Parts: sequence; C-alpha cells; structure tokens
Amino acid sequence: MTWVNDLFQGIFLGGAYALTAVGLSLMFGVMRLVNLAHGDLAVCGTYLVTTIMAATGVPLWAAMLIMVPLAFGLGMVLQLSIFGRALRTGPTAPLLVTFGLSVMIENLLQQVYSANTRGVGAGNLDVAAIHLGALVLPWLAMLKLILALVVIGGLSALLRLTAWGRRVRATSDDLAVARLQGIRVRPLFASVTGIAIAAAALAGTLNAVTTGVYPTLGALTLIFAFEAVIIGGLGSLWGTLLGGLLLGVTQVLVSQVSVPYATLASQLLFLVVLAVRPHGLLGTPQAVA
Amino acid sequence: MAPRRSRAALASPALTPPAAAAGVAVSRWSLAATVTVTLSGIALAVLAAAPYLAGTGITQALVTLFLLVSMAALWNLLAGYAGMISFGQQAYLGIGAYVVYLVGKAGVSPFAGIAVGAVACAIAAVPIFALLRPLTGGYFAVATWVVAECLFLYVTNQLWLGGGTGVGLQQLSAMSPVIRQAYTYWTALVLMAVAVAGVYLLVRSRFGLDSRATRDEPAAAAAMGVEVQRTRWLAYLLAAVGFGAVGGMLLINTLYIDPASVFNVNYSADMLFMVVIGGLGTMEGPIIGAVIFFLVQQEFARYGAWYLVAIGAVAVGVVLAAPGGLWGEIATRRGWSLLPVGYQVRGAGPAAGGDPDD
Repeated sequence: MTWVNDLFQGIFLGGAYALTAVGLSLMFGVMRLVNLAHGDLAVCGTYLVTTIMAATGVPLWAAMLIMVPLAFGLGMVLQLSIFGRALRTGPTAPLLVTFGLSVMIENLLQQVYSANTRGVGAGNLDVAAIHLGALVLPWLAMLKLILALVVIGGLSALLRLTAWGRRVRATSDDLAVARLQGIRVRPLFASVTGIAIAAAALAGTLNAVTTGVYPTLGALTLIFAFEAVIIGGLGSLWGTLLGGLLLGVTQVLVSQVSVPYATLASQLLFLVVLAVRPHGLLGTPQAVA
Repeated sequence: MAPRRSRAALASPALTPPAAAAGVAVSRWSLAATVTVTLSGIALAVLAAAPYLAGTGITQALVTLFLLVSMAALWNLLAGYAGMISFGQQAYLGIGAYVVYLVGKAGVSPFAGIAVGAVACAIAAVPIFALLRPLTGGYFAVATWVVAECLFLYVTNQLWLGGGTGVGLQQLSAMSPVIRQAYTYWTALVLMAVAVAGVYLLVRSRFGLDSRATRDEPAAAAAMGVEVQRTRWLAYLLAAVGFGAVGGMLLINTLYIDPASVFNVNYSADMLFMVVIGGLGTMEGPIIGAVIFFLVQQEFARYGAWYLVAIGAVAVGVVLAAPGGLWGEIATRRGWSLLPVGYQVRGAGPAAGGDPDD
C-alpha cells in the first residue's frame, strides 16, 4: 500500500512539474524559442503574489487572480520588446538573451527581496488532505495536477478548435507562409508568451506554497521544466504532461530508497532519454534542431 | 559526387596561394598584428615581474583577472567559433578543482595537479560529448548544464570529496603565503597566455575555418568536406582541458572549494557576459570583455549584485542591437584587426580587401 501511496505522490509531483513546463513547451513548440528565463519568470510571479498579499492583506487565491493577468501582460511585453527581436536576430540570440534575462531577474530579486527563503501563506491548504486508509491525497498536490490537466486540456482544445489555434498551428508549421496568408505573427506570438508566462507564474506560486521561494529557485525550476518538455517530446503538450509525471514518479520512488539521490535520478532519467530518444517519447524526430 | 579532397589539398591555400591568385597578394599577417604580439610579449614580461614589484593585494586581483580572461577565451572558442553555446562548462571547473585536491592529498604538488586535472577533464569529456554529440542549440546548452548539475549532486553526496561542505587544500596552507601567492600568480599568468595563444593559433589553423563554417551552416560545411562532428569534438575537448586547468587554479587560488560554488551556473553567466559584451567570435573581444567585467566587479561588487543586473542588461542589449559586441562593432566598422585570423587579399582593387571571416 505504501508503494501505491508513493506512486500517487509521484504523480502529484509530476503534475506540478507539468504545470510548470507547459508554457515552456508551448513557446518551444510554436516559436522554437528555448526560454531560459522561464523558471525565473515563474519565480517572479510568486514574489508578485507575496507582495500583493503583504500589501493588501488579500488571501492567496485573490492575489493569484490579480497576478495571473499581470503575468500574462509581462509575457506579452517581453515577447514584443525582447524575445521577438532575439528570434529575428539569429539562432543563438534567443539563448544568449533569455539566459542573460534569467541572471538579471535572479540578481534583481536577490537585491529587492534578499536571498532568504520566503513562505507563501495559504491558510491550511498546504496541510489539508483526504485520507483513504494508508493513501494520503493532499489537496494542494491534487489541485496542481488538476490544474495541469485543465491547462493542457484547455490549450489543446484552443489550439485545435479555435481560429486563434489555427493561426498558431499555421505559424508553427511555416512562419513565412503563415505571414503570406495574412497572419499577424507578432501579436500572435505575444499572446502565446503571455499564456506561457501566466501558466508558469501560476505553477510557481502553487509550488512555493510547499517549498517557499528564494531568488535562485528559477534555475532548478527551468531545468525540471525543460526536462519534462524534452522527455515528453517537443511540440506535444500531452507529452509534457507525460514527461512531468515520469520525472515526479522517478523522484518520489527513488527517494524511498535514497533521499540524497532522488534529484540526481530524475536528472539521469533526462540524460538517458536524451541519449536513447532525443526527440522524446511522444515527439517527432524532425522537431529536434 | 566529386571525390573527397584530402585534408592537405584543402589546407593548401593557407600554405601557398593558388595559381589563379598570382599577382594578388594574400596575407595572413599585418603590421598591427606584429605590434600587438610584440606589445603582448612585453606586457607578459612586465606582468611576470609583478610579484617582485607589487603587493599580494594587486597580484591576487590580477589572478582573478587572468582566470576570467582564460575562461572568456575558452568559452568563446566553444560559443563564438564552434557555435556551441554551453551553460555547463562549470562541470570541468569542478572536475579540475577536485582532481587537484585529490592530487594534493596524495602528496604531489597541486601545481602539478593542474596538468592531471586537465587530463582528467579530457577523459571525462569523452563520455559527456558522446551524450551531447547529436544536440545543438538550446538542447546542447541546457544538456551541458544538466550534466554539471548531475556532477554537483553527485559530489554533494560523496563524503570522501567533502560532501556539501567542500574541501580545503592543506598542502599549500603550509607554504609561506608570499611564495605561494607568487607561484599562484605565475601559474595563472602562464595559463592565461597558453589559453589565449592556444585559441588564437587554433583559430588561425584549418580548424578556424572549419569551426566557423560549422557554426554558420553545418549542412553546407559538411557538404564542402568539413568534418562537422570532428570539429565540434575538437573544440569541446580543448575547452574541457582548458576549463579543467582553470578549475584547478580556482582551488589553488582560494585554497578551498565547495560543490555549490564551483559547479555554479553563475560561472557560465559570467563567461557569457564577458564574451558577448566584448565580441562573440572575435579574438580581441573576450579579452576586452573580461577586463571590463573585472573592473566593474572590482568597483561595484561592494554594492551587492546590482552590477550583475546592469551587466546582464548591457549583454541583452548588445545581443539585440550590436551583435558583434564592443570589439566586433568597432573593428568591422573601421577595418581593424589586431590579431588577424583570416586571409587579407591586397592589390586586387579596393573592394577585394577584408577579412573573410566577417
């Protein structure tokens, strides 16, 4: 029974990873942009929530409701001012620019909020759980998994069924031809980045309820998100969910044997997938470039 | 398909100008280059005398500068010439540092340990590159970072390597501080000279053309007979060796190393900032960038991490607005080249001059 419980905890953790990674996956899939500041932007959202809560005294859910549209706006601004330009400059520019941005954000947060870990007050949400015999189902962890399913399902539906989705898919398939068809790429990309950053900030805040938040958290957040995207396969949002779940389950199961090696095990899982199947489990080989 | 030409045949234009070019002088050198190399030699000689002339405060700061220049030159070899952006070279800094620690513990001089550390990095680079080989772009960049992260997590859990608290270099602590500082200084100076001169000679060789072709158009380069993967491997291997030596020097310089700092991705950030601001893919740029970074750090580090925010903003601005960096923008505009790596064609009309690597 404890193994079943571990499996559930792993799946919940995986849901958190997937929710963090879905924005990275979307941006990579649509624009071929590896946003190395993804994790740090998620952390920015968390700090924004703590600031809103401290300034106004509103509860977590209300602060998140205020934060998410702000994160969407920040994503749009970043795309229109920096990312889009980097994409047009050349193949290495996006990497250099987003990595530079990542270092800037980390040091800025450190200067403004200090290097100490901050808690995110969530009432009793971080301890509330359903007990079914030996099985423990924490509300917060379930919420992250459900949100991951809702966000990925919702995005998939948007991409498949709406006019916006058709434009995104067309642009992703062939930028030049999409432009010729009259698609205005810049606002489209801005909306994609807005969604990606909003989802990341949402995930970052929920994760921080359990772990707290500190300025350099973004680096590890990015690595796990990137691993989830690559393990699952580029260009596949459901693949990202699968990748996140595999990472989470691996980490929790290994931690039952040896806690110090749990994180190392999930990193090695990523390297193994990279060596054996570089295009990921649900991806197509062409996407690797 | 035409038969593949041998390496010697491809390299021949460098040795003797082809017949068609008779009457046109192809030069690989310039007066400016002679002056630069001469002045660099004099500067090295003056710097070598510094331990006799200046206090340890100055030589200590200069060791930091020498290590920054070495790291910038090596990162530029990878990112600027071979087009392989890596955020994981701190893996080799760590391997080099820990090997020097182990060598010192075995009773051998840590200074000799630097060579062992460099060799260890060459050996470690074989399996790591086998894994990274098919990857390019963002894949390669993040995968190198994950490799460094794996080494960090591994070392943190190894008590024989000091675990998370790190290790000290006791052998050198017993030495007289003045003598130790002088040896450290000279070793760092030699390391920097070898790294910069090594990258320069490498980039002037056939490898320079191969790597730039590989960076710009891998498929076209392969079609022209460039061995793309061998070029990438050579750049990666030599950079690994260089970073191993720098890592060993980091330990010798501070006498103490812990996994969280030596495997820190901040080293990659510093390298990126120095190279991008100075001029990615130029010889002179990374050196200028390292000096700027060093001066800013010396001057503003006491006010906290703001200087990194500012340098990051400048680097992002440079990539977007002036991708050649400081040196790239000035030099290409004015036709300067202190350390030429290409071929100058003279006497074929005003339009024919210029550096083909631009």
